[in-house]
Amino acid sequence: MSAVIENHHDDHDHGPAKGITRWLYTTNHKDIGTLYLWFSFAMFLIGGAMAMVIRAELFQPGMQIVEPEFYNQMITLHGLIMIFGGVMPAFVGLANWLVPMMIGAPDMALPRMNNLSFWILPFAFFILLSSLFMEGGAPNFGWTFYAPLSTTYAPPSVTFFIFSVHIMGASSIMGAINVVVTIMNMRAPGVSLMKMPLFVWSWLITAYLLIAVMPVLAGAVTMMLMDIHFGTSFFNAAGGGDPVLFQHIFWFFGHPEVYIMILPAFGIVSHIIETFSRKQLFGYSSMVWAMLSIAILSFVVWAHHMFTVGLPLAAEIFFMWATMLIAVPTGVKVFNWVATMFRGSLTFETPMLFAVAFVVLFTIGGLSGLMLAIVPADFQYHDTYFVVAHFHYVLVPGAIFSIMAAVYYWIPKWSGNMYDERLGKLHFWLSFVGVNVTFFPQHFIGLAGMPRRYPDYALIFADWNMVSSVGAFLFGFSQLLFLFIVIKTVMGGKKATDQVWEGAKGLEWTVASPAPYHTFSTPPKVD
Amino acid sequence: MLLNLFSKTKRNIFLLAFFLLVSPFMQADWFALNMTRGSTDISNEVFELHMLIFWICVAIGVVVFSVMFYSMWAHTKEKNPVPAKFHENHKLEIAWTIIPFLILIAMAVPASKTLVKIYDDEAGDINIQVTGYQWKWQYRYLEDDVSFFSNLSTDLDEIYNLVPKGENYLQEVDEMVVIPAGKKVRFLITANDVIHSWWLPAFAIKQDAIPGFVNTAWTVVDEPGIYRGKCTELCGKNHGFMPIVVKVVEQPEYDEWVYNKKQEAIKMAELTTKEWTAAELVERGQSIYEVNCVACHQTSGQGISGIFPALAGSDVVMNNKDRNIEILMEGVQGAAMNSFSYLSEVELAAVITYTRQSWGNAEKGDGEIVIPKDIVDYKKPKI
Repeated sequence: MSAVIENHHDDHDHGPAKGITRWLYTTNHKDIGTLYLWFSFAMFLIGGAMAMVIRAELFQPGMQIVEPEFYNQMITLHGLIMIFGGVMPAFVGLANWLVPMMIGAPDMALPRMNNLSFWILPFAFFILLSSLFMEGGAPNFGWTFYAPLSTTYAPPSVTFFIFSVHIMGASSIMGAINVVVTIMNMRAPGVSLMKMPLFVWSWLITAYLLIAVMPVLAGAVTMMLMDIHFGTSFFNAAGGGDPVLFQHIFWFFGHPEVYIMILPAFGIVSHIIETFSRKQLFGYSSMVWAMLSIAILSFVVWAHHMFTVGLPLAAEIFFMWATMLIAVPTGVKVFNWVATMFRGSLTFETPMLFAVAFVVLFTIGGLSGLMLAIVPADFQYHDTYFVVAHFHYVLVPGAIFSIMAAVYYWIPKWSGNMYDERLGKLHFWLSFVGVNVTFFPQHFIGLAGMPRRYPDYALIFADWNMVSSVGAFLFGFSQLLFLFIVIKTVMGGKKATDQVWEGAKGLEWTVASPAPYHTFSTPPKVD
Repeated sequence: MLLNLFSKTKRNIFLLAFFLLVSPFMQADWFALNMTRGSTDISNEVFELHMLIFWICVAIGVVVFSVMFYSMWAHTKEKNPVPAKFHENHKLEIAWTIIPFLILIAMAVPASKTLVKIYDDEAGDINIQVTGYQWKWQYRYLEDDVSFFSNLSTDLDEIYNLVPKGENYLQEVDEMVVIPAGKKVRFLITANDVIHSWWLPAFAIKQDAIPGFVNTAWTVVDEPGIYRGKCTELCGKNHGFMPIVVKVVEQPEYDEWVYNKKQEAIKMAELTTKEWTAAELVERGQSIYEVNCVACHQTSGQGISGIFPALAGSDVVMNNKDRNIEILMEGVQGAAMNSFSYLSEVELAAVITYTRQSWGNAEKGDGEIVIPKDIVDYKKPKI
C-alpha cells in the first residue's frame, strides 16, 4: 500500500498515475478530455447500432424484425443517446483538451468538478440503457418526449429516464461553468477576447447557452415527474393543465440546444479551413459576431418547432420572420469560409476533406431549414421525413463530421503519432457517400408524404427507403474503420512533429507532440 | 448532338440499351420526389411557395458552391503556392449581409400573405369535429348529428408479410369521411388521449389534435374523389396505423349519405331494447374488441406485460360486473385506459360480454353477461 502512495506522490509533478486510478481520480484536463472522447465514441456506436435497427426495419414495407412498440423505443433512445451521449460529450472532450492549450492555461479552472462532471455521465447512460430491460420497456415517446404521451401514457421506466436526464443536465452545467470560468480567468497575458481562437469563442458562447437552457430542461422533466407521481396536472388537460405548455418549455430548451450542437463545430471548421488554406481566416470579428447573433436569436425562435399546434397568426408570423433572420449570420459564416479558401494555397488532408464536406452539407441542411421556416410550406413538411433529412444533414455531416475532422486534425498532437492518411481518406469517402445516400433520399420521401416515426409505410415510399437503408449500413459500418484508425494511431505510427501541419497557427502547436501531461505551467508570452 | 455521331442503327441500339437500363427506374415510385400540388386553391398556393423557396435555395447553393469548387480546383497548393494575404473586405461583408436579408424578405412576404388566407377561419357550410384517439379518428358532423369512428382496414396479415400488400396498404379505412364538393368544410380538431395530428396533404392541412384544445382548419375541394392522409404526431405504438381517408362527393350524393347514416343510428338505437342472448353479444362483441381493444390488450387477452394489463384471468373481468362497466365508461385515472363511453350501449354491452366469456374467463369467474340495459342503467343519474 505504502508503495502505491509513494508512487503517487512521486508522480504528482511529473506524469499520470498508473492503472485505473489514473482515470478515476484524474483532474488533468487532457485525461478528462480523453475520457469524454472515448465515452462519446462508445455512445456513438451504441446509438448507431440503434439506427441500424431502425433502418433495417424500414428497409421494406411491412413489419419484419421488430414490433412497433420496440421501434418507438429505438427512435427515442437513438435520439437521446446521439445528442446527449454522442455529440455533446464529444464537444466537451474537445473543449477539455483544447481550450486550456489554446489560451495558454495549465488546466481547466475547476479540475475536481471536471472529474465529477465526467464521471456522473456513465451512470446517466447506464440508467437510460437499463430501461430497455425493465418491465414495459424503455422510453418510447420520441427524444422530444411530448406530454401526455410521456406522462400519463408512458411506460414505468419514464421515471428512470427523468433521473437520467437530470444527471446529464447536471454534468452539462458543470462542464459549461468550468469552460466559462477557465476562459474568463485563465487566458495567458496577451490573449484578449478578440484574439482568442475561434474554437474558444464558440465554446464560450456554447457554455453560456448550456447554462441558460439546461435548467429549463430540468424544469420540464421535474414537472413531468410531479405529474406522474405527485398528482399535479401541469400537462394534463383533464386536470386543467396544458399539453402545449410542455412543448413551449421543451423547445425553449431545445432550440438553443440545437446551436449547442453546432457552434463548436463552427469553431473547429474555422481552424481547419484556415490551416489547410495556408491563409488567415477571412472576417474573424464577423465570425464572432455571427456566432453571438445566432446564439441570441436562438432564444426567440423556439415555436418554429410548433407551427402546427394552433398558434395565433401573429405568433406564427413572428416566429417565421425571426427564424429566417438566423439565415443572415449563418450565411455570413459560410461566405467567410469560402472567402478564406479563395486564393489560398489548398491541400486536402483528411481533416480538410471533412471540413469542406461540412461546409457543403451543412449549407444544404441550412437551406432546407430555411424552407422549413416558411409556415405555410411547413404545414406540409412538419413531422415528415423532410424534417428528418434536414436535421440529420446539420447533425451528421454537420456536427459529427466536424468532430471527426477535429479528431484527425488534433490526434497527432494528442497521441504524438500521425494517423494513416490513406485509411483516413478512405474513411472520409465511405462516410461522405454513406451519409448522402442515407439522408438525401429522405428529402424525397418526406415531400412525397411519409411522416417521421413510422415503423411501416405505404408502398409508394418503398424504393427510396431501401436506398436510404443501404446508405445507412454503409455509413454505419464505415465507422468501425474510424475506430480502427484511431486505435492504430494511438498504438503507434509515424511520429508527429510539434507543428504537425504546415499552416497551423495557435498555442497548442507550440508544445511538444504528444502534448506533455502538464502544459503552460508558466504562461506563454503572446503578443 | 452526341447522338449525331452515331449511325442511325447504332443510335437505335444505343437508345434501346439506354431504355432497358433505365426502365427499372421508370416506375412511378422513383419519381415520388416532390410535394404534390394538392386539390385546393390553398394547397396550390403552398406548392407554388414551396417551389419558389426551393429554387431560391438552389440558386444560393449554386452560387456559393461554384465559388468554393472553383477555388478548390484553381487554388490548390500546386497551382497557387503563395496564398493571398487578404482577410477582410468591408464592402463585400456588408453586401453579403444585406443581400441575403433582402432575399429573405422576398420569401417571407408571400409566405405571410398565404398564411393570412389560411387563417381566415369563419364557420364552414359544414362543420366536422375530428377527435384523435389511440389509434383511430372519430368524426362528428355537428349540423347533422352523425358520428362514427374511422379505423385502419389493412389486414394484419399484410402488415406481417403473410399475404401480398394491397394497392392502398396502410392508407385505407373502414369508414371514410364524406364531404360535399365545392362547399366550405371546417374541421374542429381535438384529441381524447395523447396528441395526434391530422394531416391531409392534398388540402395542405396539418393541425395537431391536442387534448383540451380545439384547433381549426378549413378547406373547399372542387374535385370529387378520394384523398388520403395520415397522423403526423407520435401518439404511441400504432402511430403509423391510423390513416385518414376523405371522400369528396357531389351534393346530392352527400345528402343521401347523411340520410343513410341517420337511419343506421336509428336502427342501432332500436337494438338497445332487443332481448340479447350471450352468444349474440359475444359474436357482436368480438368485432368491436378487434377494432378497439386488441392494440393494447391483444387478441389473446394477455395484454403486454408491464404496460397493458391482461383481461384473461383478470378479477374484474371475471367476477366484478359493476366495476367492469365502470372502467369502460370512465376509464382508469392515470393510466392508458380511456373512457369508451362514446360507444353505443349495444357495443359496450357486447364487448364487455365478449371479454367476460372469452379466454376461459366465464368458466373461472361468475360468467355473468352484460346487456345493453345495464349500460342504460349505469348512465341514469345516480341519486
